[in-house]
Amino acid sequence: MGLKSKDLLGMKQLTADEIMEILDTAKTMKLVISSANKKTSHLQGKSVVTLFYENSTRTRLSFELASKYMGSASANISTSGSSVNKGESLLDTARTIDMMGTDIIIMRHNQSGAPHFIAPYLKASVVNAGDGMNEHPTQALLDMLTMYERFDTFEGKNIAICGDIYHSRVVRSNAIGLKKLGANVSVYGPKTMMPIGIENMGVRIADSVADCIKDADAVMGLRVQLERQQKSLFPSIAEYAKFYAITPEMLALAKPDAFLMHPGPCNHGVELPTAVYDCDQSVINEQVTNGVAVRMAVLYLLMARRNQL
Amino acid sequence: MKLILKNAKKYNEDKLSNIYIEDGKFAVEFAEAEADRVIDLKGATVTPGLVDMHCHLREPGGEYKETIKTGTASAAKGGYTSICPMPNTNPVADNAAVISGIMKKAKEADNCRVYPIGAATKGIDGELISEMGLMKEAGIVAVSDDGHPIKNAGIMRKVMEYASDFDLPVLNHCEDKSLSEGAMNEGTVSTTIGIRGIPTAAEDIMIARDIILSEYLNIPVHICHVSTKGGVRMIRDAKARGVKVTCETCPHYFTLTDDCCETYDTNFKMHPPLRTRDHLEAIIEGIKDGTIDAIATDNAPHHADEKVCEFSVALNGILGFETAFALGYTYLVKTGEISMERLIDLMCYGPSNILKLGRGGMNIGDDADLAVFDLENEFTFDKEKMLSKSRNTPYDGWKLYGDTLLTVMGGKVTYEKLC
Repeated sequence: MGLKSKDLLGMKQLTADEIMEILDTAKTMKLVISSANKKTSHLQGKSVVTLFYENSTRTRLSFELASKYMGSASANISTSGSSVNKGESLLDTARTIDMMGTDIIIMRHNQSGAPHFIAPYLKASVVNAGDGMNEHPTQALLDMLTMYERFDTFEGKNIAICGDIYHSRVVRSNAIGLKKLGANVSVYGPKTMMPIGIENMGVRIADSVADCIKDADAVMGLRVQLERQQKSLFPSIAEYAKFYAITPEMLALAKPDAFLMHPGPCNHGVELPTAVYDCDQSVINEQVTNGVAVRMAVLYLLMARRNQL
Repeated sequence: MKLILKNAKKYNEDKLSNIYIEDGKFAVEFAEAEADRVIDLKGATVTPGLVDMHCHLREPGGEYKETIKTGTASAAKGGYTSICPMPNTNPVADNAAVISGIMKKAKEADNCRVYPIGAATKGIDGELISEMGLMKEAGIVAVSDDGHPIKNAGIMRKVMEYASDFDLPVLNHCEDKSLSEGAMNEGTVSTTIGIRGIPTAAEDIMIARDIILSEYLNIPVHICHVSTKGGVRMIRDAKARGVKVTCETCPHYFTLTDDCCETYDTNFKMHPPLRTRDHLEAIIEGIKDGTIDAIATDNAPHHADEKVCEFSVALNGILGFETAFALGYTYLVKTGEISMERLIDLMCYGPSNILKLGRGGMNIGDDADLAVFDLENEFTFDKEKMLSKSRNTPYDGWKLYGDTLLTVMGGKVTYEKLC
């Protein structure tokens, strides 16, 4: 039991069996979250530090609650109010945290590959909580948990992802993970936000929102960063909302029992009309709960590996 | 000083012969008893001293990465006897005073003939043409803004026109920066690992512009470190029309591809970036058919602090002097792509002709610049044995042929392998 690697750097590094072990463990952990006494001893005597170089609400909080529910000592560092502002290098900061007896460092960083860079230098396990445009593995795992609760198998299921594909680490992690479990992933967004060669990651590039969503078993919207407009990636919010949003009409093209996901935070009225965000098919709020469950599973399985060494 | 190299196998001859050197020149035979030193090469291959038309020595301003002394020692270890450092120093080599300082330090080090390249525009900021005439008097052999390509076509035209008054070649690093805000080649690998990409189009667009200007003005232009198949194709077509365009490539563009970046290893980060296999093949085709005139190193020393960091933060460039010949020999000659004579054209006569350096002569009376290579035995390249101050090479541990045994510049031994 446990993960093969010291670190969780991305879905690229996980096998299909490891993904399923995380999802199965997360289903159990979810019971803890819904119980009256949210306390286990899975991480008793362990220390967990979150090191975030980018803003975060749900990822950071869910990691902190996950570690606290399991009884670890936890602390957090953000880039403001730390030596990062004195110009300390990432590696020096990470080594400093490592030398304080930290078992797990959960890091979010704006540079792709930053956790891959520090991990080999550290005794602590490194969990990637989002690195640049590369990966956000625990987001993909919570998305997959949300699907797994509704699917008996991922094999042959159609997953549609619409929005800013280029900048999205959520898309990359989902595409890699879902492919490993046999699902079909379709993506669509403005061509200015489509990365070259994405089809070589095993996803289908759709021709339109409708083409992407048609016959989908699950539909995922993505946050459009409004500042992208300044870089001329789309001309206006009105135009984006008209041509690229997941409207009720578009959602109706999916399979009847399909459900809607979004990693949040959502720009209401841009990538999703509020009516869609709140519709019966929306599981967006449940994703948040699953985020805690999946992070409990990941932290537990990383420690399970260490305890066996 | 009289030197005899016995049992030398000149790269373009089959038989062994002795080489006589006197007062820094190749000389007629003299008695062994008169020699100050006799070295038995035991049949090792002798080539003219190599010429690198594109490198970085970092001095002044970047002495923590490399100095003229250590950089030229590193070049000598690679078999180079003539090298051309780029002007992106601090201060920028855009005036005669800085050039004179470089020449003085190079003379003191006395490891290589150093032919500086002056900045094409003041401060390499692409706006005002530099004092090319005064810099030429101080020793420059060409002008370039290197990694800060002149984006304004009107300024590029003026640079080419003014430089031609002084018979100075213009070397351009072709990159339309408006297309290239990334850190590696744009393609499947950059998309998969989430690194912003630099499209081949960024390079091709500026190559096209420079060819058009060269053709229109009938003034030569030299394209630095070509890495794309589009670039090779356009230069080939332009040469066929008689346009005075020349170009170079670097060993990394015929030995490495962007797959190498998958692990975020910053020793594979450079400008232009490593491309895909089809581009690598086009570069080899351009080398074979004569489209590419020179192999340069783009030797770019960087301190560990600038490379042991996040991929997008790391500085661009790799060391090249100490691996260039071995890579060329192993991956071009030994694989049967080109002859040894062609490799020496690319690494000596080609760049010497473009810059009018007159190097590479091996006749009696010519400057005794030569290199001796072991082409028979495989060796393992070890970065810890490099003479550079820096260690940013992607070739550590590579098994290669063509280790340097001896380098002689103007009759002086500038490198010899102690074994």
